[in-house]
Amino acid sequence: MTTDPNLDSPRTAVSNPPIQPMPVNLGPGDVVRASAMPDLPAPTRELTPVAKLIDVSKCIGCKACQSACAEWNDTHPEIGFNTGSYQNPADLSDQMFTLMRFNEYENPETGDFEWLIRKDGCMHCEDPGCLKACPAPGAIVQYSNGIVDFISDNCIGCGYCVTGCPFDIPRISPTQHVSKKCTLCSDRVAVGQGPACAKACPTQAIVFGTKEDMVTHANARVEDLKSRGYDKAGIYDPQGVGGTHVFYVLQHADKPQLYSNLPADPKISGVVESWKGVTKTVGLAAIGLAAVGSVLHGLLSRGNRVTAEDDREAKELVEPSLPAQDKEA
Amino acid sequence: MSKRYYSQPGDRIKEFNPVVVSRYRGFTRANHWLTAFSLIALLLSGMALFSPYLYFLTGLFGGGQTTRWLHPFLGVLLFFSFLVLFLQLWRLNLPKPEDVTWVEKIGDVVKGDEEKLPELGKYNAGQKFVFWAMSGLIVALVVSGVMIWQQYFPDLVSIPARRWAVLAHSLAAVAIILVFILHVYAAIWTRGTISAMTRGTVTGGWAWRHHRKWLRELAGRERRDPAE
Amino acid sequence: MTNSWTDIRNTDLVIVMGGNAAEAHPCGFKWVTEAKAHRGAKLIVVDPRFTRTAAVSDYYAHIRPGSDIVFLMATINWMIQNDKVQWEYVKNFTNAAFIVKDEFGWSEGLFSGYDAEKRDYDKSSWEYVVGEDGFAQVDMTLSHPRCVWNLLKEHVSRYTPELVEQVCGTPRDRFLHIAGMIGECSAPDKTMTSMYALGWTQHSKGSQNIRGMAMLQLILGNIGVRGGGMNALRGHSNIQGLTDVGLMSNLIPGYLNMPTEKDSDWATYMSKKGFKPLRPGQTSYWQNYQKFMVSFLKAMWGDAATAGNDWAFDYLPKLDVANYDILRMFEMMDKGQVNLYFCQGFNPLLSFPNRGKLTSALSKLKLLVVMDPLETETAHFWENHGEHNDVDTASIQTEVIELPTTSFAEDDGSLVNSGRWMQWHWAAGTPPGQAQRDTWIMSGIFNRVKKLYQDEGGPFPDAILNLTWNYADPHEPSAEELAKELNGRALEDVYDLKDPTKLLAAKGKQVANFSQLRDDGSTMAGCWIFSGSWNEDGNMMARRDNADPDETGAYLGWTYAWPMNRRILYNRASADMQGKPWDPTRKLIEWNGEKWTGYDVPDISPTAKPEEVGPFIMNPEGTSRLFTRGMMRDGPFPTHMEPFESPIANVFNPELRGNPVARVFADDLAQFATSDEFPFVATSYRLTEHFHYWTKHNRINSALQPEFFVELSAELAAEKGIEKGGWVRVWSKRGSVKAKALVTGRIKPMQCGDKTVHCIGIPLHWGFMGAARKGWGPNSLTPFVGDANVETPEFKAFLVNIEPIKGEAVS
Ligand SMILES: Nc1nc2c(c(=O)[nH]1)N[C@H]1C(S)=C(S)[C@@H](COP(=O)(O)OP(=O)(O)OC[C@H]3O[C@@H](n4cnc5c(=O)[nH]c(N)nc54)[C@H](O)[C@@H]3O)O[C@H]1N2
Ligand SMILES: Nc1nc2c(c(=O)[nH]1)N[C@H]1C(S)=C(S)[C@@H](COP(=O)(O)OP(=O)(O)OC[C@H]3O[C@@H](n4cnc5c(=O)[nH]c(N)nc54)[C@H](O)[C@@H]3O)O[C@H]1N2
Ligand code: HEM
Ligand code: HEM
Ligand code: SF4
Ligand code: SF4
Ligand code: SF4
Ligand code: SF4
Ligand code: SF4
Ligand SMILES: [Mo]
Repeated sequence: MTTDPNLDSPRTAVSNPPIQPMPVNLGPGDVVRASAMPDLPAPTRELTPVAKLIDVSKCIGCKACQSACAEWNDTHPEIGFNTGSYQNPADLSDQMFTLMRFNEYENPETGDFEWLIRKDGCMHCEDPGCLKACPAPGAIVQYSNGIVDFISDNCIGCGYCVTGCPFDIPRISPTQHVSKKCTLCSDRVAVGQGPACAKACPTQAIVFGTKEDMVTHANARVEDLKSRGYDKAGIYDPQGVGGTHVFYVLQHADKPQLYSNLPADPKISGVVESWKGVTKTVGLAAIGLAAVGSVLHGLLSRGNRVTAEDDREAKELVEPSLPAQDKEA
Repeated sequence: MSKRYYSQPGDRIKEFNPVVVSRYRGFTRANHWLTAFSLIALLLSGMALFSPYLYFLTGLFGGGQTTRWLHPFLGVLLFFSFLVLFLQLWRLNLPKPEDVTWVEKIGDVVKGDEEKLPELGKYNAGQKFVFWAMSGLIVALVVSGVMIWQQYFPDLVSIPARRWAVLAHSLAAVAIILVFILHVYAAIWTRGTISAMTRGTVTGGWAWRHHRKWLRELAGRERRDPAE
Repeated sequence: MTNSWTDIRNTDLVIVMGGNAAEAHPCGFKWVTEAKAHRGAKLIVVDPRFTRTAAVSDYYAHIRPGSDIVFLMATINWMIQNDKVQWEYVKNFTNAAFIVKDEFGWSEGLFSGYDAEKRDYDKSSWEYVVGEDGFAQVDMTLSHPRCVWNLLKEHVSRYTPELVEQVCGTPRDRFLHIAGMIGECSAPDKTMTSMYALGWTQHSKGSQNIRGMAMLQLILGNIGVRGGGMNALRGHSNIQGLTDVGLMSNLIPGYLNMPTEKDSDWATYMSKKGFKPLRPGQTSYWQNYQKFMVSFLKAMWGDAATAGNDWAFDYLPKLDVANYDILRMFEMMDKGQVNLYFCQGFNPLLSFPNRGKLTSALSKLKLLVVMDPLETETAHFWENHGEHNDVDTASIQTEVIELPTTSFAEDDGSLVNSGRWMQWHWAAGTPPGQAQRDTWIMSGIFNRVKKLYQDEGGPFPDAILNLTWNYADPHEPSAEELAKELNGRALEDVYDLKDPTKLLAAKGKQVANFSQLRDDGSTMAGCWIFSGSWNEDGNMMARRDNADPDETGAYLGWTYAWPMNRRILYNRASADMQGKPWDPTRKLIEWNGEKWTGYDVPDISPTAKPEEVGPFIMNPEGTSRLFTRGMMRDGPFPTHMEPFESPIANVFNPELRGNPVARVFADDLAQFATSDEFPFVATSYRLTEHFHYWTKHNRINSALQPEFFVELSAELAAEKGIEKGGWVRVWSKRGSVKAKALVTGRIKPMQCGDKTVHCIGIPLHWGFMGAARKGWGPNSLTPFVGDANVETPEFKAFLVNIEPIKGEAVS
């Protein structure tokens, strides 16, 4: 981790972070995108993109990251049940932003058994579907270093981000009614500390730094894996969402689904795109035209008025049925 | 008492000079306005979420969180309120042969050239369209709305299904808003209509002009059943 | 550990067998990932289950619990057959060349001298031929038929890959692949490290498992070198420290022996300790035993320990049996022979075998005192918790006192890690509620007992009344005072033995290290191996200099490693006979013609000439031992023994049950089962998410692993109709538990000859107190028998049965 004030972003979480206090280094001026804020002012500076690299081949599934995440974010995951798996809690929740997913795999090519353990959590997409879907201004922001953060104060708990996310990440708190997910420890990164999970990871399966450094590191890891017979080892940095700021080294990069259904080619769903795109423009235009048109027409036209003739006809029609005393009147 | 074909219980000639016809009972009117209120509240709260430019509308409800919370309940209110309305009105909104002619002569409708149109019962084809469109869209909105109701049904459907539901909900919302505009516009454009839903009555002339068969039936019923 | 955690990064090959390092030592395991990432090291895992360690391994093989000796002896056999031997090392640094008595032999699973009645060996034949010069005879050509090497060769010849397949259930090709990988490390510039723990120790022949790997490592030349070693991964964060200061009832601090009844006086006791070198010119460091012992007695009784009263030797208790280990204590308790039990930082109800027996034993106590920061199951053994602790409270008369203590984070002190690093720590929090430090409680008890002796007298008050107790606050000695006492200080001026004018330590000063300890009463030291940790240079344990010149991983300025701040034991063996490193890139120390220089503190006198003094100075031979002579109760070589409960008879001798010399109490023998009734092999172990029985009191740990489960293969589940996540009952001859079923491909049925062996895994972290869901753990089921040498219970291999059941457990 850098302590050099000239560097805007931390370089690595491998070495120890600074112990002297540092001013907060992520502010409103660093926001490049915010949900439901089409007219966001341009950021005041451009930070170096950061990334958290998760090397699945180094992960021992110890869940230190899970507990560090809960500790740092002061969440209170519930004590559930064993469902016949090491995966606990059974799923991500508003109290558990990251989760080790365990999958058993009999490799047909080598005849070897493999236990593929993947740390699940927000990928911090370059093109975040959650942000696209969100209706509340500023509830989801993206900083120029790539971190996608949920700002609970602005969140209304509608759950649109859940539908927007291609990775099934956000979870809505059933008590606070706000959406929760991994923040990439933006509050730590802002003061020069790496993510809590990376700090806790005993094997450095999680490392954090600039995206560039992390890609270099990842490439070296891929080489190591190839030398161990994993011919298809590679980086998972899906371009369908513009790349991600949390990315993986996989032994079987050709089959991401092996890792507890990591999507092979994630992108924002077409349904979401058309909901947030054409539906909105066409819908708003139609409603606007209809409303304005009818008001204008209402003002200009005379309307369909009842004539005196109509009144007479009506009277004639009902006359015979007039009670006797009224007929003369 | 003769059978009603074009009117419903409560519809009657209320006064004869000038002619005033009862069109909606108090209960129906209250029901209608509750329905109208909930739809308007839904429209405002829904539109707040629909577009960032309209997010300010959440201010009407006390902020985003309350808007998000309230909207589906209003939807449920709308649904039941409309259901009651529906049960009262559905029969007279069933299509009739004359509706075809009416639609064919839509040009004359717009020109207000009513003499060229067939005589109508209580509702014209336009109103029937609004009625059925509202009915269908409300069902669509309820169903899709529940599917995306995060607070109470977070895991009702899978995420892909939820994506379709939210899309359907938006589309239905747009559609129902258009229908709503049409409905209100027609009510205003056809002068003399509003009182049907405010006071419950229309003038004889209005009834003669727009819903002659309905008026004839009511008049006929008066004849056969003298008040004494 | 012979080496250190940080040294593991220097290896070429890691073998994790008999442990699950990633799971139980995740932070230490990082050095394995370092070796893999930066040296291209490979990782082999041999375990009954495909573990989290196996998940990041390069090669995995499964093994039937309790059959490791066969695997290890077969590996040694393979090395010999394929000439994968570091010959120069074996000849010079092991006892391969020593000639063994003719009477020594092995047949049908037993060594010479077995007495079935006594369940013990007469070990007199397990010895070298000693010449008239008093030295053991050797044949450096290794051609003598009775030399250790040839005896070993013959001994292991029975262990073939076929036998491995038949006994261990490990497929032959998997075994051969692993042997091939290991064989590469016989090259002087390739090393393998062995990381092990309970998968080897918790067997009735646990010590022999470890011997087996130690022998293999010696044959490969991997002891004393960087990236090599026998690395026992210790358990509790300070269990190494506890062992060092006398965990075992037959030891006193610094691995000195508790006297037995036969040691009627000081002279008799000491007569067995004077290790005379068995080869010319050798050191035999235990020659200094008396210095350490006298310094210990002076630390205990100060001025009351004088030459005249044999340094108060008589104050020490004398053992009437080999050991008052925990199993024996509970056996005695169950027989009504124990009134009062102090349970300090220990939860035996869950952690020791055969819970039914433990409950019965605790119920017979008059008083149970539990000192613990948490509400343990042991302290609540009398409380009914439904089926989770179904006791009849009214019938239990034991009085229980819970004394809340602080925990490690709430006091200063030192923790000794597996690599023998004594690391000072500082309190990080204030104790909650009425919690008090253990030292405060112990002092309180001591002061009161002493007062009672003063006031009322007693049969033998001297040991209590004369105990040194010079602390600033007699009610609570500080960690600093205790640490300094363990290091030791000069009671009189201490002079250099070779140069009596040279003052080494003035009276009252801390000794620099144990070379300054004396047997004339002029020094005291509570634990001689700790000498040097707090000397006149200050608290060496508090050092935090992470400089690592040339990146050897030694970190000499980081804390203090006993002995003498040495990071790699036997490091003299990293260099050849001339004192040149076997592998220059792995240099540790080197002979520069006059003395040893290098990165580590030499494990030998700095001026001891390489051709003269052997590297293993703690042994009178100066060499390491492939043949242990009479040091082990169950044989000088490891021989295959089945667990006491096994689905398979011992292939060498079907009559043998378990370890033929392990101690078995009569009542427990009756509770051993056979595979007719209990067909499945169970093994027990820990999970990363929990630390024993503490962390189930913590909500986050409990969320990460909420509920008791057992693991079994998909095949066994299908056979029994057990569903993933469903409930099962598992029972042994001693008890029964209910658990969730974790059906997995990570456990496979093993084919042992014509028998298919199914294995059931039982993690241990659940009980009836705390935040996690109530459960049982394995010890309602486990057998009450221990290792023949050290009495570690046989937790890793026993027989059970399993069936699916319906519904929720109630409590
Ligand atoms: N998370 C966590 N870490 C801990 C602890 C904890 O409670 N929780 N406890 C600490 C303590 S006190 C200790 S002693 C250590 C223990 O550390 P380990 O010994 O590594 O732990 P275990 O899980 O008891 O057993 C290790 C492995 O032995 C395997 N095994 C069982 N029988 C055999 C056998 O016959 N042969 C072989 N080759 N393998 C076998 C088991 O399948 C298991 O995977 O862990 C320490 N670390
Ligand atoms: N079947 C089966 N049984 C096993 C094992 C197995 O693998 N299988 N493993 C065995 C092994 S290796 C071990 S080490 C044992 C562990 O068995 P135990 O040592 O009995 O288990 P712990 O839960 O670690 O108990 C230690 C207690 O010390 C308390 N403590 C912590 N700090 C302090 C302190 O500063 N002062 C005091 N007074 N108390 C403190 C904790 O709260 C805890 O209750 O279990 C053994 N039992
Ligand atoms: C400001 C808003 C509204 C106004 C001014 C209004 C006005 C009226 C009027 C005047 C009528 C009587 C028309 C007639 O009987 O010919 C009417 C009928 C009706 N209105 Fe509304 N309305 C409003 C909102 C709504 C809403 C939101 C709904 C439904 C969701 C609705 C549903 C109906 C129905 C079902 C009828 C009966 C006509 C039929 O069945 O076809 N109205 N409305
Ligand atoms: C009938 C039952 C209805 C239910 C249960 C329902 C429920 C929902 C829910 C759950 C949402 C998501 C936001 C939120 O949680 O507040 C939503 C959004 C919305 N609703 Fe409804 N709703 C219903 C009816 C309607 C109606 C009648 C309208 C039409 C005016 C409407 C218009 C909208 C709009 C425009 C949105 C925003 C959609 C977007 O952002 O694209 N809803 N509704
Ligand atoms: S729940 Fe998600 S989509 Fe809705 S406001 Fe909050 S962050 Fe935005
Ligand atoms: S993974 Fe999902 S929640 Fe995270 S940034 Fe991407 S779209 Fe948003
Ligand atoms: S980056 Fe922070 S918030 Fe995200 S998983 Fe790691 S610890 Fe949790
Ligand atoms: S802390 Fe690291 S090794 Fe442990 S589960 Fe998380 S990513 Fe894997
Ligand atoms: S004791 Fe602590 S530091 Fe050591 S391995 Fe376990 S979790 Fe890591
Ligand atoms: Mo342990």
